[in-house]
Amino acid sequence: MHLNPQIPSGPLNEKWERCRFEAKLVNPANKRKFDIIVVGAGLAGASASATLGELGYNVKTFYIQDSPRRGHSIAAQGGINAAKNYPNDDTIKGGDFRAREANVYRLAQISNSIIDQCVAQGVPFAREYGGLLANRSFGGAQVSRTFYARGQTGQQLLLGAYGALMRQVKTGKVILYPRTEMLDLVVINGQARGIVTRNLITGAIESHAAHAVVLATGGYGNVYYLSTNAMASNVTATWRAYKKGACFANPCFVQIHPTCIPVHGTYQSKLTLMSESLRNDGRVWVPKKAGDQRPPVEIPEDERDYYLEKKYPSFGNLVPRDVASRNAKEQCDLGKGAGETGLAVYLDFADAITRDGEDVIQKKYGNLFHMYEKITGQDPVKEPMMIYPAVHYTMGGLWVDYHLMSNIPGLYVLGEANFSDHGANRLGASALMQGLADGYFVLPATICDHLATADFQDLDIGHAAFREAETAATDRINKLLSINGKRTPDDFHRELGLLMWDYCGMARNEAGLTKALTRIPEIREEFWHNLRVPGGDGDLNQTLERAGRIADFLEFAELMVIDALDRKESCGCHFREESQTEENEAQRDDENYTHVSVWQYGGEGKKPIFHRESLVFENVQPSQRSYK
Amino acid sequence: MKTINLTLKIWRQAGPDAQGSFQTFESGPISIAMSFLEMLDVLNERLINSGDEPVAFDHDCREGICGMCGSVVNGEPHGPEKQTTLCQLHMRYFKDGDTIVIEPFRAKAFKLLKDLVIDRSAFDTLITEGGYVSVNTGAAPDANSIPVPAPKAEQALDAAECIGCGACVAACPNASAMLFVGAKISHLALLPQGNLERAKRALGMVKKMDELGFGNCGNERLCEEACPKGISIRNIARLNREYMRATFCSDE
Repeated sequence: MHLNPQIPSGPLNEKWERCRFEAKLVNPANKRKFDIIVVGAGLAGASASATLGELGYNVKTFYIQDSPRRGHSIAAQGGINAAKNYPNDDTIKGGDFRAREANVYRLAQISNSIIDQCVAQGVPFAREYGGLLANRSFGGAQVSRTFYARGQTGQQLLLGAYGALMRQVKTGKVILYPRTEMLDLVVINGQARGIVTRNLITGAIESHAAHAVVLATGGYGNVYYLSTNAMASNVTATWRAYKKGACFANPCFVQIHPTCIPVHGTYQSKLTLMSESLRNDGRVWVPKKAGDQRPPVEIPEDERDYYLEKKYPSFGNLVPRDVASRNAKEQCDLGKGAGETGLAVYLDFADAITRDGEDVIQKKYGNLFHMYEKITGQDPVKEPMMIYPAVHYTMGGLWVDYHLMSNIPGLYVLGEANFSDHGANRLGASALMQGLADGYFVLPATICDHLATADFQDLDIGHAAFREAETAATDRINKLLSINGKRTPDDFHRELGLLMWDYCGMARNEAGLTKALTRIPEIREEFWHNLRVPGGDGDLNQTLERAGRIADFLEFAELMVIDALDRKESCGCHFREESQTEENEAQRDDENYTHVSVWQYGGEGKKPIFHRESLVFENVQPSQRSYK
Repeated sequence: MKTINLTLKIWRQAGPDAQGSFQTFESGPISIAMSFLEMLDVLNERLINSGDEPVAFDHDCREGICGMCGSVVNGEPHGPEKQTTLCQLHMRYFKDGDTIVIEPFRAKAFKLLKDLVIDRSAFDTLITEGGYVSVNTGAAPDANSIPVPAPKAEQALDAAECIGCGACVAACPNASAMLFVGAKISHLALLPQGNLERAKRALGMVKKMDELGFGNCGNERLCEEACPKGISIRNIARLNREYMRATFCSDE
């Protein structure tokens, strides 16, 4: 298979303009002849649905929550980056030279229009007293270019997109399908032509046909069971598309966020992120002496190790996420971790409060402090926060070209669900940027090219391919319900999650990955023989929903590990212990791995087929990342 | 970690038209570091293991921002802690031996679907009646071309923090949605971007609110009390002003 990234020729700063100029257009009056399915209603899905509706397409939007205001984009706290005259070199560098240069550049180009669009929608960004937009700096970025709305930027941006979407619902151009889960992609004559869904309230299996299918279904961080993702975030939509022929790229690239509230018990259902903006004023430290059990306030200044400031004088506490996370792990592995479990480091605001006053610090981080206190019962003003890394974002995803189209014509993938813009590591505050860039600006400009040029067979849901997919979905549900074994879906999920965290987490090595590769099929085998799902398929059955998603995670996890084994270099968040510098930093191998690893489904029980998309850097020369 | 034992009385109802009733469970040992929903997870795991159907409840982000969770706990939406969603309520706020009564949010406009799960799509319908600024993608002027005074932006954000959970409706004896609508009307009326459509928005959303079966505000302030985001009832006052202004002074 030949994967053509379709990157336009010409200078970097003209590529996006050229792409739009060369795209075949659909006459405004003809747009109403095209039906488009959007799956997911987070930032990418909502913004795409709204914009496609504005342009005149008939849009159907599907999501598993009860309202399009609930997508997990809503939980992003810190902010959204915009270039505003700054070059975006650091995003390419931040991705550790494993992202497509042209995509990253486009993101920076579009970012200003995003801010303009959101402000026009009434998103209440923070303002300076003169009335202009305020901004702040953010982890891994060397300039202050992050726009924000207190600690709830994601919420405000999503509500902006939600408003735009509801406006289109009012006009009738978008039809919403709440509490509806996509169970399969329908491919006819090589084109994505529809989906099969389950209504989560009635259990009804339904088919929907369209001229194009857009997946904006988020990331797969929940493969680790514990992550900062929402409970329902899952890989099902992208995984089922993979099994229908869409290629999966870089599945092993997972971002571990350094500032999360540490794990405290086995019943724990999720990890809560504390925005990384806290690192602007908080200082990270551990006791100098291993095993020091004193409460943090009793540890004198000269017995504290401010290891990030010491090791990385120019970036200090603001090093990129992967570097901060690995260093926290390293300190804890040395026995210097804090708290009952020893799996935590301190994030201390005492100096910032002395410097700026409690009022100023409260104004900046009050809601985060409040949230921390709710969960832990401790006040970060009085004693330092305890934080530990947690799975947060997945850079890997379905492979897409510059148009955001997968290798299946008519199947588009947006936001976290695709792989395209963040390489091996995402910088803080650029996920919101990508979700909105894809949905508001990129997809609406590129999808017309496919619609205008593809040869569409006249078909509806009466087509046999829909019957076939419906039957497969129903059979699978019946199977899940009929096993009647002894273990709950969550029990399997926890086991898988722990395995992935131990062997395919912050640091990976060949022995561990090989072990995981044997263990995953064993867990999967047991799942299909010893699962218990009470209830039926004819009404709301949340255990059944979870079981279906976990079944997919159990297949997907194997692909992640295969990818992690294959990439023998360290890069960004993917840290292979075999490949490190003398100073224990990630050691890239540009000669052998300057490529995207693209995996194609090889069939049931068969190995996936490997393809390579080589990365070419015309403007920024790959260099060893250094945050010293 | 310290544990407590609780008696749980939970509303069970198989479907919208089924007869519901309270079912009583002994919680078993519950760590006080658990969140309220984790406590329900523990109960549900036990129910599944014994072959029973677990308690259906809505939840997603579990960090207090998505607005998906919410039940009435001991008579209070989202439970006894101020400005806290149910997912952020932690078990350290309960005592060993407590009885906890858990019910769904009840309102005419929110149909019960199963156990604690309700249909809040009426809120989405309200937003379709103008809870936005009518601006097409790509047509926006430069973000800094209209300065917004910082205090106004802050006030707008105070209102925009609403998570659409429905606690205000559940708390209100009239099942009024005035706090929800007031928050959206205020958010947009306070900003120059929302100014042009303020009359149309106020008239449209209030009319739809009545049609959907939400009641009127009776000044009980229970909504404000229950709101996990601390949305002030000043937003209801602003809604009333916006509505009056639209009724008397606009051409809509």
